[in-house]
Amino acid sequence: MSADLVVHGAEWTVKELFVYPNEFIYWSIQIVMYPYMTGLVAGAFVLSSLYHVFGQKDLKEIAQFSLVFSLALLPVAAVPLLLHLQQPLRAMEPLLTPHFTSAIAAFGIVFSTYALIVVSEIWFVYRGYFVAQVHALRDQPGISNATRRLVYRALTMGAYDVSEEALATDHKAAKILAAIGIPVACFLHGYAGFIFGSVKANALWMSPLMPVIFIMSAVVSGIALCMLTYIVIMEWQAFRNRRRGGVLQASEIRGAEAEVISKSARYLLGFLVAAISLEILDLIFRGYTAMKSWDILRSVMYGKDFVNIFVLQYTLGNLVPFILLLLPGRTIKRTVLALVLVLFGVFMMRWNVVIGGQAFSLSFSGYMHYHIPIIPHSVETFKEGLFGALSVIALPFIFFYGINKFVPSLRRDVGS
Amino acid sequence: MSCSRREFLKQTMAGAVTAAIPACSVIFLAPGEAQAMTDGSKLRWAFLVDTEKCVGCGLCVDACKTENEIPYDAPVSRTWVERYVITKDGETHIDSPNAGRDGFTTSEIRGEEIDPENIDKAFFVPKLCNQCDNPPCVQVCPVGATYQTEDGVVLVDRKWCIGCGYCVMACPYGVRFFHPVHKTAEKCNFCYHRITDGKEAACVQACPFEARKMGNLRDPEDPVTKVITNERVQVLKDEYGTKPHVFYLGLDEKVR
Amino acid sequence: MKSHVLRPLWLAIAVVGSVLVARIFMVPDDFGVHGDSFTYNFYRLGNVQEWKDFPAKYQGRERCARCHEENTEEIATSKHVNMQCENCHGPGVGHPKQIKKLPVNASRELCLRCHHYLAYPSSQRSALAGIDGNKHMKKKECRKCHNPHHPNLEDM
Repeated sequence: MSADLVVHGAEWTVKELFVYPNEFIYWSIQIVMYPYMTGLVAGAFVLSSLYHVFGQKDLKEIAQFSLVFSLALLPVAAVPLLLHLQQPLRAMEPLLTPHFTSAIAAFGIVFSTYALIVVSEIWFVYRGYFVAQVHALRDQPGISNATRRLVYRALTMGAYDVSEEALATDHKAAKILAAIGIPVACFLHGYAGFIFGSVKANALWMSPLMPVIFIMSAVVSGIALCMLTYIVIMEWQAFRNRRRGGVLQASEIRGAEAEVISKSARYLLGFLVAAISLEILDLIFRGYTAMKSWDILRSVMYGKDFVNIFVLQYTLGNLVPFILLLLPGRTIKRTVLALVLVLFGVFMMRWNVVIGGQAFSLSFSGYMHYHIPIIPHSVETFKEGLFGALSVIALPFIFFYGINKFVPSLRRDVGS
Repeated sequence: MSCSRREFLKQTMAGAVTAAIPACSVIFLAPGEAQAMTDGSKLRWAFLVDTEKCVGCGLCVDACKTENEIPYDAPVSRTWVERYVITKDGETHIDSPNAGRDGFTTSEIRGEEIDPENIDKAFFVPKLCNQCDNPPCVQVCPVGATYQTEDGVVLVDRKWCIGCGYCVMACPYGVRFFHPVHKTAEKCNFCYHRITDGKEAACVQACPFEARKMGNLRDPEDPVTKVITNERVQVLKDEYGTKPHVFYLGLDEKVR
Repeated sequence: MKSHVLRPLWLAIAVVGSVLVARIFMVPDDFGVHGDSFTYNFYRLGNVQEWKDFPAKYQGRERCARCHEENTEEIATSKHVNMQCENCHGPGVGHPKQIKKLPVNASRELCLRCHHYLAYPSSQRSALAGIDGNKHMKKKECRKCHNPHHPNLEDM
């Protein structure tokens, strides 16, 4: 078969027993990555809003950081979709001719709304800083400084008033946006759950609980990622400072603060419990009502996917971090381990939903095994393979590095 | 700076209202709406499959691939034939080698030889797109690239499809796939180019046993309509509420 | 002193505005709801004609009969009466003007589709005369002994 004739999905699907001829695993690793990345976006934003809206003062620094990190994650959320589409050049069509009966059509609108909210909130929080930079760079020589000043000028959008009154208005506006952003973030990820939950053809996906389960685990992953990145950055800066003999500004050197971690961890645990409870509720209901699909679902969940679901997701990804975070004498190291496991657990949840939902045939009489392409030998096996996924994971950190150069999210003396 | 109760309520309301605006953009289908759509039309295509007559020769699959330019070597097809062999030990063996493209020329199923003495019943079931009245695949298309025509056929706009695969996931019958060359969603369309030109669909014409027939449900004199209206017919997976328009004679309860 | 608070809103409106403008240029004019339902009838109208214009390949027995009367007669009075000429000879599009002689699929595999015997009591398949394709005259073309236009076991 020539390269042209590659049937999408045939490359990484192995069929067992009776599977309809046209069935393959069409939604593969990138469709696992997509809800994972949007979940991180939503979760990071909710964490930030816990400070801005509910005045959780202990969370100020991590809130600052997670808001900007949420922005770094935002464009990355769209990348898995671009890599997955068979016609990526037509990617703008959901914005041009949105068919609103489709949950995916909501993507363009919700995503854009959310992006505008995040960008606006960041603007209000950092506007004072932008103006200060414009003034500070005025007489500095060099192309680099001139360019930076230009960027800051653009970022101010012409609003140079930094009086008490104006800054107070900024603060209030940020708070309002943070508040509006919470339901929008929930909607952003709720609809991602709706994409799966509303597919009546898929016996594993169809459930009204799906949107809620997705939101809960999205918040879990967002909080966990922000906590983790925050810890890593702060600890690294403290380490660097110690090596140089402690000459850096006091505002950057303290390392991850125990109070902040503690508070965030409590929220994390709350959402973790909510997420796992809903999933187990769903499982219990399915087993109890034992619909037509139950036989094959049971053989998939308790059979071939047992390790993926009960060992990797529920135990390693939920129970173990739960215990690690609750045991007394919590150290930074233990917290980091717990957070990594949580992020892994949320990833496994997405995997078990997307891949698990395609592990059985529509005939309920056969199975499909997913073999993720590791070494790419074509554009398709790169895009929808391991390296495509790794590229997506690396992107937010690259974007964050760039954005942070202009919007410093780790400095305590910047931002409201 | 703490949040007074009034402030909090105000902000929550504002947030809820703002969130509701995009929520309203999800349009819910009124029960009568789907029915009304093709009722007024004088033509509504329907398909009749007689599984008592099908011998599993697969000439229909072959003709379909040729007529509709689906690459012969690719394991996908707009229509296919399934074989069911139910043995005395209660096992149901089902297969569709290459979608039935080459017929069924061995009694082995997945390498397992089946002793004819052991067979309770065995038969063949041709399948194709059901051109549903409530097509879930059309409902989930994010860009309007797939749609239902006035005469009930569901088509795919190859120039507009973005290849997201949502329609493929949404079809309970598994009739959709990605065309290996055009890289857009693909499925049986009742040979729309032929039936609108007075010809028979390729599979209907190719079948030497008259297991496949097509007719107009709005014409009470149509022979196919008469069978559907007056004889006992079945459809696949009606529990999904899709209102399929491929009707079967002799459909066994074991058919998946 | 103008309030700067609404500036992000102007940005948002500009973004939305540019999408709406892009739509004017990028969405075909005939795209819309063509029917009663937004759910099921939202599409580009021109696509319907594009599908109607898709080229047909198979012509049907009646067209073959116009010139090949003898063969048609032969088949019509045989057990293969319901076989289409094009089942074995391939689609007739372009014949005779562009394709002078249609090929014929004379492989065993074609005949075995129906005539490899399968003992399925509840299927019409078992009523068809058949042999074990792996044993009977292996590797030989069926037509060397059986006339596809008028198969007749009695005369053999």
